[in-house]
Amino acid sequence: MANGTLQPDKPAANNLSVNSAKNRVGGQKPSTARRPKPRAHTEPLALRVALILLVMALLTVFLFLPLAVVFSQALQTGWHGYIEAMKDPDSISSMKLTLLTAGISVPLNVIFGVMAAWCISKFQFRGKNILTTLIDLPFGVSPVISGMIFVLLFGARGPFAHYLSVHDIKIIFAVPGIVIATTFVTFPFVARELIPLMQAQGIDEEQAAMVLGASGWQTFRRVTLPNIKWGLLYGVVLCNARAMGEFGAVSVVSGQIVGVTNTMPLQIEQHYNDYNFVASFTLASLLALLALVTLVVKNVIEWVLGEKHTAGH
Amino acid sequence: MATTIATIRKRRTGFSGGRALPGFGLTLGYTVVYLSLLVLIPLTMLFVKSHELSRHAFLGIITDDRVVASFKLSFGASLIAALTSVVIGLLTAWVLVRYRFPGRRLIDGFVDLPFALPTAVAGIALTTIFAPTGWLGKYLEPRHIKVDFTPLGIVVALTFIGLPFVVRTVQPILEDLDREVEEAASSLGASRWQIVCRLLFPTILPATMTGFALAFARGLGEFGSVVFISGNIPYKTEIIPLLIYSKLEENDYPGATAIGAVTLVLSFGLLLIINVLQWWARKRQGAA
Repeated sequence: MANGTLQPDKPAANNLSVNSAKNRVGGQKPSTARRPKPRAHTEPLALRVALILLVMALLTVFLFLPLAVVFSQALQTGWHGYIEAMKDPDSISSMKLTLLTAGISVPLNVIFGVMAAWCISKFQFRGKNILTTLIDLPFGVSPVISGMIFVLLFGARGPFAHYLSVHDIKIIFAVPGIVIATTFVTFPFVARELIPLMQAQGIDEEQAAMVLGASGWQTFRRVTLPNIKWGLLYGVVLCNARAMGEFGAVSVVSGQIVGVTNTMPLQIEQHYNDYNFVASFTLASLLALLALVTLVVKNVIEWVLGEKHTAGH
Repeated sequence: MATTIATIRKRRTGFSGGRALPGFGLTLGYTVVYLSLLVLIPLTMLFVKSHELSRHAFLGIITDDRVVASFKLSFGASLIAALTSVVIGLLTAWVLVRYRFPGRRLIDGFVDLPFALPTAVAGIALTTIFAPTGWLGKYLEPRHIKVDFTPLGIVVALTFIGLPFVVRTVQPILEDLDREVEEAASSLGASRWQIVCRLLFPTILPATMTGFALAFARGLGEFGSVVFISGNIPYKTEIIPLLIYSKLEENDYPGATAIGAVTLVLSFGLLLIINVLQWWARKRQGAA
């Protein structure tokens, strides 16, 4: 570290000669040294204001404008047009399918998430790290590939093709395929929230409950569940947002039969490609509202957990 | 299965003192079975199916001009978008952690919007904004900057998607940073610029690289937010996930499988790198 690069306008007020290998700088101290604490560890006001404005401008383009345009387009023909677009039968059937899909996928992944978190956080066993990594796998898979693997598995050329056709079971281009693909895509959300939380909590409280005679189930319900409820809710909210909004994976397995296998995101695409922009953005505005609710819940939970955290200290 | 669990149960060291909690066999068994049925077996299908192709056919598919153009585009756009996300993300994280200004909480809460907003919604919204008649497009059009139906549009969409990854990996590291170290450096006479370059930047480097890798990996696979703005012109704006999608629609399963297998291997390679980076970041943090 060279002394020569020090800012020349700062007067030498004090001689500090600390010889550390890393910070061999001495002799000069910022002008702010008159104050009780040196405040040179921040930028000049002008730079701060400029940076804040720059970030605000960038985030406006990347975050606020996309959100605003959804509502502005949805309401371009006024509230009346918005309500009318909402009554579109294809839109309504897509809402029902999306609710059904999320209604199956989310509970499945909640059960799995709690089970996985229990065995990973409360026990030591070989292969635990591998198991944790494998749970994260669906996050690393492109949505299109997530859909494709189920087409390969259950499609006309897959290993179960014969069985499925004999028993007249349709999975691909039908509702079961949509549910399975959605469950795959949202698979890690709950487990991922719970594992670190439950690991941090340890097993002392559960052990105490067991020693006092509680059964395993009682221990889970009365001790573990109250401890993890916020994390669990957080996981459920994220899982649900993704389940209702998944596009790529569902797009591949759905076959996009209007009124039958179109979820909300698929119906948004359908309306959009039909140049029915009001209907498209009206549906999109519902999903955007869901996203906003998700963000609010997330921030509230983080705030609650933060309060608890500070209260605990 | 039962014997394996029993052996594992015997082997596991357990926590010191106290009795073990129940439910190990049940929860581990359920986790493994559910994971295998829903994730591992279906993913294996992709490799099984691509193994059914001869080496010659496989190479023929993935070296096809259209496929190569697609890979180049996906890699290039994801790379540029991830770098852009790093620049904007670092600025955002810095401003959110270090400065207090009206609207800070709101912005902080909004950073996760791309995580929460369905990709199709983001896709049509961005396309509408950057269309020649759109809110931003109408200012860009006279300057001959075309965003929709160009690679630039893909970069914009992927930057939107990648931004929160960088902010959310860097932000906690910046928050944990001990200000006293900076105060010490500044009272020893280091300039603000020196502190930023020699003290702050090395500390947040691992997290920044993790954020970059996460944004990059997500960008490679991203579909919904890109397909609307890209226009999907073969050789020009056709990203890899879209090419796979088209092949499936054309019933070209071998083609889709081969490209999918290559993409999946690349994605998992990236995941591995991300894990190594995170391990490195933790080690760095622990040492600090």
